[in-house]
Amino acid sequence: MTIKSTNDLFALKGKIEKEKFELSQKTQVIVYQGTCGYASGAKGVLDTLNTELHKRNLKDIAVLEHSCMGCCYIEPYISVTEPEGISTLYGYLTAEKVTQIVETHLMGGEIVQEYTVDINIPFFSRQEKRITELLGKIDPFKIEDYIFYDGYQGLSKALGMKQVDVIEKIKRSGLRGRGGAGFPTGVKWNFAYNTESNQKYMVCNADEGDPGAYMNRAELEGNPHAVLEGMAIGGYAIGANKGYIYVRAEYPLAIDILNEAISQAREYGLLGNGILGTSFDFDIEIFLGSGAFVCGEETALLASLEQKRGNPRPRPPFPAVEGLFGKPTVINNVGTLANLPLIMCKGAEWWSSIGSETTKGTKVFSLTGQIARTGLIEVPMGISLNEVVFDLGGGIAGGKKFKAVQLGGPSGGCVPAEHLNIPIDYESLQDIGCIMGSGAMVVLNQDACMVDTARFFLEFDADESCGQCLPCRRGLPLMIEILKRISEGNGEIKDIETLEDIATFMQKTSLCALGQTAASPTLSTIRHFRKEYEAHIIEKKCPAGVCKDLFHYEVDEELCNGCHLCALKCPEEAITGGKKEPHHIDQDKCIKCGNCYHACKFDAVLIK
Amino acid sequence: MQQVAAPPEDERAKTLEIIENNNHDPKRLVKILQEIQAKLGYVPEIAQRLTAKRTNTPASQIYGILSFYNFFRLFPPGRHSVNVCLGTACYVKGAENILKEISSRYELEPGQTTNNRRFSLDFVRCVGCCAIGPVMTVNGKVYGKMKPEEVKDVLGEYK
Repeated sequence: MTIKSTNDLFALKGKIEKEKFELSQKTQVIVYQGTCGYASGAKGVLDTLNTELHKRNLKDIAVLEHSCMGCCYIEPYISVTEPEGISTLYGYLTAEKVTQIVETHLMGGEIVQEYTVDINIPFFSRQEKRITELLGKIDPFKIEDYIFYDGYQGLSKALGMKQVDVIEKIKRSGLRGRGGAGFPTGVKWNFAYNTESNQKYMVCNADEGDPGAYMNRAELEGNPHAVLEGMAIGGYAIGANKGYIYVRAEYPLAIDILNEAISQAREYGLLGNGILGTSFDFDIEIFLGSGAFVCGEETALLASLEQKRGNPRPRPPFPAVEGLFGKPTVINNVGTLANLPLIMCKGAEWWSSIGSETTKGTKVFSLTGQIARTGLIEVPMGISLNEVVFDLGGGIAGGKKFKAVQLGGPSGGCVPAEHLNIPIDYESLQDIGCIMGSGAMVVLNQDACMVDTARFFLEFDADESCGQCLPCRRGLPLMIEILKRISEGNGEIKDIETLEDIATFMQKTSLCALGQTAASPTLSTIRHFRKEYEAHIIEKKCPAGVCKDLFHYEVDEELCNGCHLCALKCPEEAITGGKKEPHHIDQDKCIKCGNCYHACKFDAVLIK
Repeated sequence: MQQVAAPPEDERAKTLEIIENNNHDPKRLVKILQEIQAKLGYVPEIAQRLTAKRTNTPASQIYGILSFYNFFRLFPPGRHSVNVCLGTACYVKGAENILKEISSRYELEPGQTTNNRRFSLDFVRCVGCCAIGPVMTVNGKVYGKMKPEEVKDVLGEYK
């Protein structure tokens, strides 16, 4: 069936509503399986569920497979929704637990309390779900599910407006690019709209290379049509009839889902020629990135799309004026695009009703690292980091101490405890030498060494540098050499200044954002953790116990009760001591693997 | 997902078929090379030369693309491809120890293949499963919350 008008779209929605109503008369069990769900055993949960239901001949129960809704820390998880609409969330599942849920809940009608997950905790209640609203709520392989939730109505509204009015509406909403730089989306569109050309392009940047970030993967796996619809809206506004999605080859499930989504949208005529009975033509092609972090930079991405090495080029000309194959091209991030249907449907005023003074709307973060609740969260702009880390994230896992939260990956910085109260928006983060970034939020605890963290990001950037301009190509290895020296105990106090000098030079003279921002993690760790650098250089100590040349493990004789667990975990048989007597570590044999440190339940193994 | 290097004459035929299917189009270079790797497991020299010739592109440009993107391999992989994620979230949860364990157990450095061609080892910069780090993948299958002592059992499944 082809949808030829807005009326057709409503008619289809009506039809789907009937089917959904019939489905809601049954008990529904949803198994959530994104890439992370699969890895955590969601497939096994699904198989067990199906086998157990079949065994008991429970045919009236609908088993649905949806994508992850973001609470990755409880994976694998399922939900049971009764015909009355009461929904129960079960997490941390195993085959045995699923069997018990089938017996007790699905057959006996009694909730298995001990496996339920409380959805009234801040991780769920403090979120402001907008673009992640449908994640886990719909089957990403079914366009009908999206249409049921008003899908493609934003496009329908846009097509009924003048192009300039669509751009004006996006401008009024205050939407800024969610990829990290925060450039106003409407302004970017306006550049492309105002450039005369026989061909324009709309490109979706789904080359999510930032380590620690998986918002885009989850968004594409959970609700691909929002991105397609967003691209079509953008295409209409700037006058492009061709779109590309540049997606990482490392995301096979997202690619499958996107391919299916595009073909379903074409079948309904929501992509292709004469969309919704208008004269607007728009089609989308998928392009697989081949693993190059720099291709997240827009000019490098375009070079890659043109089947070349992904070398960035100087701007201006900006892609909106001269982009893909020399034609005006708008490149928007997945998160930016997913917001567009909402702005079109619910209005710019609704959209900008939350957020901070300078940054409107919500932002999706992937909350990872040493935190109690890892997962995908969508929060209003302007919320404090403190609330995110301690209320939503539940604080540091395993009773350890908070040290820093790393934002913006290899281009970003570390925020220490004393700055956790600042609101999350582009400007406030910049003030403390950090950036919002694409949404990676990696929490570090007391076991992280900031010198080592700085080196980690520099090595990442050095690996990923395209090598065409000198500041980045030479600056990064130089900085790594100095940090290595410091972490081996051979640093000098003037090294800190040298690092800052090289960093500033790279910021000012590198060609693209990769080089310009590569030194940011180092600068921010020097700024907020200078004492730790000085400890490495002056005292020749690594307080966190990471740099192997600068610490050793010792057993505190007072605290050790001789449980012997550390000795059992030691791969080198370096720990000796009788039962219930204080143990001792032979420093010559110790390889500093840290097994004893992590094994000790009495904190008796110390870093010295 | 098992990829075993094909004999050279086969490599030639398969490469030519892929180039043919893409109409010898130099505007599809990356796609052609991606398809060759999917088919052969790597991009051998013969495939590079054939692609250059048939798409009328300098061989240096082909090599330039292959060496630029991490995804491409120039040497035959092992039967099972093992990737350890060294993204930030995995790194802070001890991914390096997973990599070290594999390295020492199978005498294998990242980028190498074992002599019996059983495993090839590499590290990747984030597979987007940050919530369940540290993560490793074997032939694309993701294993989360890995511990060094679990490496033996997981890889033991792959003969």
